[in-house]
Amino acid sequence: MSNVEKNTSQNEKSKSLEDIFEAKIARDEKIEPKDWMPEKYRKTHIRQISQHAHSEIVGMLPEGNWISRAPSLRRKVALLAKVQDEAGHGLYLYSACETLGISREEMYEQLHSGKAKYSSIFNYPTLTWADMGAIGWLVDGAAIINQVPLCSTSFGPYARAMVRVCKEESFHQRQGYEIMMTLCNGTQEQKDMAQDALNRWWWPSLMMLGPTDDESIHTEQSMKWKLKRKTNDELRQQFIDQTVPQADILGLKIPDEDLKYNNDTGHYDFGKIDWDEFWQVVKGHGPCNKERLKARNEAWDNGAWVRDAAVAYAEKHTDDESIRKAI
Amino acid sequence: MTNENLIHYIHSIADNSLILGQRLSELCGHGPTLETDIAMTNIALDLFGQTRSYFQYAAELSNEDLTEDDIAFLRKERDYKNVLLVEQPNTDFAYIIVRQYFFDVYHYLLLKQLENSKNVNLQNIAKKSLKEVAYHRRFSGDWLKRLGDGTEESHERVQKAINDLWVYTDELFHMNEDDKIVANAGFGVDNSSLKDEYYQIISDLIKQATLEVPEIQYFQKGGKKGIHTEHMGYILSEMQYMQLAYPNMKW
Ligand SMILES: [Fe+2]
Ligand SMILES: [Fe+2]
Ligand SMILES: [Fe+2]
Repeated sequence: MSNVEKNTSQNEKSKSLEDIFEAKIARDEKIEPKDWMPEKYRKTHIRQISQHAHSEIVGMLPEGNWISRAPSLRRKVALLAKVQDEAGHGLYLYSACETLGISREEMYEQLHSGKAKYSSIFNYPTLTWADMGAIGWLVDGAAIINQVPLCSTSFGPYARAMVRVCKEESFHQRQGYEIMMTLCNGTQEQKDMAQDALNRWWWPSLMMLGPTDDESIHTEQSMKWKLKRKTNDELRQQFIDQTVPQADILGLKIPDEDLKYNNDTGHYDFGKIDWDEFWQVVKGHGPCNKERLKARNEAWDNGAWVRDAAVAYAEKHTDDESIRKAI
Repeated sequence: MTNENLIHYIHSIADNSLILGQRLSELCGHGPTLETDIAMTNIALDLFGQTRSYFQYAAELSNEDLTEDDIAFLRKERDYKNVLLVEQPNTDFAYIIVRQYFFDVYHYLLLKQLENSKNVNLQNIAKKSLKEVAYHRRFSGDWLKRLGDGTEESHERVQKAINDLWVYTDELFHMNEDDKIVANAGFGVDNSSLKDEYYQIISDLIKQATLEVPEIQYFQKGGKKGIHTEHMGYILSEMQYMQLAYPNMKW
């Protein structure tokens, strides 16, 4: 067989594999790690799932900032458990991503070097206790809107991870809202603290649902693979429609003069999002980008000798099953 | 034995859990691996859970209208009776593990005795906590072995941590006046009775980890009398920040 003939038959073979693959997705069947998949599918999933994992891990930092200052023991325990849940989310997602043939170390390397992205919302500072309420309510709330559709995405390990994650995220959201409620039922100082947190987190939360549709590069392909079921703008509208009445119940004012219920569309119209700010933060120039990356890098670098010790010990003590498993 | 004696005794046990939990929670998100991060957060969560059980009971015993948070957040430094060991800083992972192991073994032995307290509330808290602390002790002990018998660097670091923190172990067995009264009444534990077994256990594990047991004979003390290290003021100023900046509010 000549090279040309060989290539042609190779192409036909992968064409038919691709047909089987696409048909499977169309039938709503899951793609599993061992199944054949186009290289682009693999790469796109590695990118999205690892970014999602990084977001969970970096997301621990802004809230971790308040654990030692939580105002009551009950709140301290709840916040600590929440941040721990986010570590768990990171763990499931890194594991899901590893099934696509990338190691956790490689993914960390991409995060630490600044090559990989994570959700920009975590580049904003947490300045008061009310931020713990606002983040749970708005940020976990926006995350749920983003992630519920992923529970039925085409890649099996991602879909299954999302089912577990979404359950916990909705618990986080209720917990955050309850913090806000307590503040809003408290003293004037506490109400002001809650309003100030809403003012600072509202617009970044809207941005969290992604750039507006005409600027989003991945949407069409992602729709086909069920990595996305609604566009960013649709998700954002859903988030706003859901959140405005919740703010009303709290007696807080959404910081948007143009926000108004539209009787014709049945949705809230809202003001212009500052996309310049969004891109500035995405490109690494938000208020805390440097601090967040520094914290991740330091944790990893300071932990190197610990990880090395664990490996060295396991090699010396291959008999010690419990030790090996625990690493 | 007065109510006051018993309340002070409960504070001194719970303060150890509270301050160590506070130290561990500073680490959340900064651990050497995600798995250790999650495990150490679990330990912190257990310790805070125990703290709450003790303080809720102490609040019940009190004549004043107190909550667990009043006890946790609104005392002056001199009224915290935790041992100096638990307030030591998170210098590096070796110090964190050694501090934990030194405390866990003591904590385990203490709770095993406290299970036999004549006081049902303390009995119950001890029973529940003992299961948790058995896990803490396994976690810190396993890591001590890994670090001791891991690499040259880990061996050196953990030996240094052992040498530095050793001086805080003796205080674990000190008894202040309240401790003695409550122990005599059969409600509390005579800590001095735990000492021989404690040093036996930790010495064995240190040797098993290919490390050396320090021959230091001078020890530090004070926490049990409310005289702390310089670290304590900073721990409290962070922990009490909200309660002091915004007094008399519900959170
Ligand atoms: Fe999460
Ligand atoms: Fe998430
Ligand atoms: Fe969450």
